[in-house]
Amino acid sequence: MTAQSPGELRQPPSREAGPFAWFYSPRVRGWLTQLAVFLLLAWGLYAIIFNTQANLKKLNQNFGFDFLTQAAGFDLSTSLIAYSSNATNARALVVGLLNTILIAVLGIIFATVIGFIVGIMRLSRNKVVAGAATLYVEVVRNIPLLLQIFIWYALVLKPLPGVKGAINLFDMIFISNRGVTMPHPLFEEGAWLAPVFLFGALVATWFFRRWARKKQEQTGKSTPVWLTSIPIILLSPVLGLALAGWPLTFDYPSLAGFNFKGGMTIVPEMLALLLALSIYTATYIAETVRAGILAVSHGQSEAAAALGLSRGKALRLVVIPQAMRVIIPPLASQYLNLTKNSSLAIAVGYPDFMYLGGTVNNQTGKAIEVVFILMVVYLGLSLLTAAFMNWFNSRMKLVER
Amino acid sequence: MKSIKSLILASVFGLAATVAASAGTLDDVKARGQLICGSNPGLTGFGTPDDQGNWTGFDVDFCRAVAAAVLGDAKKVKFVPLSAKERFTALQSGTIDVLSRNSTWTMSRDSTLGLSFAGVTYYDGQGFLVPTKLGVKSAKELGGATVCVQTGTTTELNLADYFKANKMEYKVVAFEKNEEVLKAYQEGRCDVYSTDQSGLYAEVLKFTTPTDHMVLPEIISKEPLGPVVRQGDAQWFNIVKWTYYALLNAEELGVTTANVDEMKTSANPEIQRLLSIKSKNEDGTEADNDFGKGLGLGPDWAYNAIKQVGNYGEIFDRNLSQLKIARGKNALWRDGGLQYAPPIR
Repeated sequence: MTAQSPGELRQPPSREAGPFAWFYSPRVRGWLTQLAVFLLLAWGLYAIIFNTQANLKKLNQNFGFDFLTQAAGFDLSTSLIAYSSNATNARALVVGLLNTILIAVLGIIFATVIGFIVGIMRLSRNKVVAGAATLYVEVVRNIPLLLQIFIWYALVLKPLPGVKGAINLFDMIFISNRGVTMPHPLFEEGAWLAPVFLFGALVATWFFRRWARKKQEQTGKSTPVWLTSIPIILLSPVLGLALAGWPLTFDYPSLAGFNFKGGMTIVPEMLALLLALSIYTATYIAETVRAGILAVSHGQSEAAAALGLSRGKALRLVVIPQAMRVIIPPLASQYLNLTKNSSLAIAVGYPDFMYLGGTVNNQTGKAIEVVFILMVVYLGLSLLTAAFMNWFNSRMKLVER
Repeated sequence: MKSIKSLILASVFGLAATVAASAGTLDDVKARGQLICGSNPGLTGFGTPDDQGNWTGFDVDFCRAVAAAVLGDAKKVKFVPLSAKERFTALQSGTIDVLSRNSTWTMSRDSTLGLSFAGVTYYDGQGFLVPTKLGVKSAKELGGATVCVQTGTTTELNLADYFKANKMEYKVVAFEKNEEVLKAYQEGRCDVYSTDQSGLYAEVLKFTTPTDHMVLPEIISKEPLGPVVRQGDAQWFNIVKWTYYALLNAEELGVTTANVDEMKTSANPEIQRLLSIKSKNEDGTEADNDFGKGLGLGPDWAYNAIKQVGNYGEIFDRNLSQLKIARGKNALWRDGGLQYAPPIR
């Protein structure tokens, strides 16, 4: 060791020279570290692939997706598309994916509505209302979701009568422990006019809204956009059908033997899962909404009050639009959670994507392939939801000029 | 700096070493000193734990026999409860050494799943359980019914075939776990519960009033149930297969837990080969009868299994007589059944 000058404090002199000086250069160090990490990663990947191949070979199995075109052989309790045991495994998986999307979309809608109402209730000046909302949030969010699914399934099944004693609503809707059975609409030639009219109404509403906004900006007069367009949107498909000469008939359910024949049925498994998912996720959304509203500075509500806005109007026009910017990012994670939590469907036998992945895996033995498909699809679903929420977030965020 | 050097060294050596090839299942089991057996999480008579974690049942006892043959001690078994959906993946991945969990032998499980069925320890068939108040006397009257089954089983496949073949409509509700299937059936979610007939008899005993339910006479499928091993390990396959045959041969020869020690002096050459007893020549010289060697096991392999667990008939009676299941197709071939073991020679 030699004496150090103050400028060399960071580098001991022994490392400055000699045959290994290059080893201490930050550049070389950086490269070496990256190389090491890359090699480790490559080795890990190689080990996984090599190991899987060797093990599959030992079992006389090969990696491939041929099983997707084979007949599934099993039936399902509920499906959105035509499905029987003669269909392929691929179609069975599609049935599962559609059921997952259905439960996720419905769950997200219900959870958001309940969550917003409860979140606003928690901030109510009425002690009873606020207390009830707090109780709901604290109880529901602290009970494991799986348990809640079981509880809801029991609550849905237990009190409902058997098929023969089904609750009969106007001889059209029957509620029993086999589910809610209702008339099934059958569309015939010419029914395409209904969606065309609906689309037309939606486009018209969009233009109407643009015109109303312009008018308000110029004259200060507001037009009740939603009050006029919602009935138009709702009535447009009916008008389309009427013009086409009612190409719509209903298949009414009727009791025959053990069960209802005809109609369509919402199975109790789906009801239980939907209730559990939306009520559970709503608690988190409620907390997010409450936090979002509290994040808007009190001055904003006071300013709105000073302008003479009622409390409800102040909430709707001033507070919520600003709160949305805080609410949307965590809301997106709640939607992702709900979508992924829907894979608990298997606990109550609702044939979602996870359920069908498991069944197809079990009937064909293609574990690696099925798990691969499951991962890719759930990842895709989550990324889609996230992308939509990001787009929504960028639309809602503060426009800075 | 030292850590970076060792990191590089480790990764270089890691690359060179690749993945160590696993030894045969027999060596793994011996090294571990324990057999890991996949079993039903709870099917009375076949495989079920009590509140102390002691497992009993027909399938469970078969695993004990294998443990006795391989390790000399029937107690050296760890039971892993598996649902119908998990069972084959657990076996394929090597989590368990043998699957003894009322699993049906089918062609695709043999061919594409990469599994080998070591034999048919229990000949079964799929049946239907209905509440008596439903007023159904035959499966042919079940058109339009809702049926509860367990997912990932041959049961759900047979069900689809049966209703299709008989041109009847039906609705299926399938659950992952058997308890949920039973709960749904008892709560009236479905009219019918379907599984292997042995399972129906076993489950109905757990109901509060078993007499309110009846098993329909039809058997709609062949369900040959037996122990399963991974393909590609012929030695282990032979061990499991011949443990089963040894238990059958023991019953046929009248060798039981109680008399297996006496039988060691038997002059019957078949018993001598089963129990690896040296046969004496007239001049007093001895000849070996050790068939365990060929399996890679000790000479006492069959003796240990019979002494500690019992022969096939004893295992059957101990576990299944409580369910009032008759031997039927599972009687020995000479009694008109299907249980037939190749000779040990």
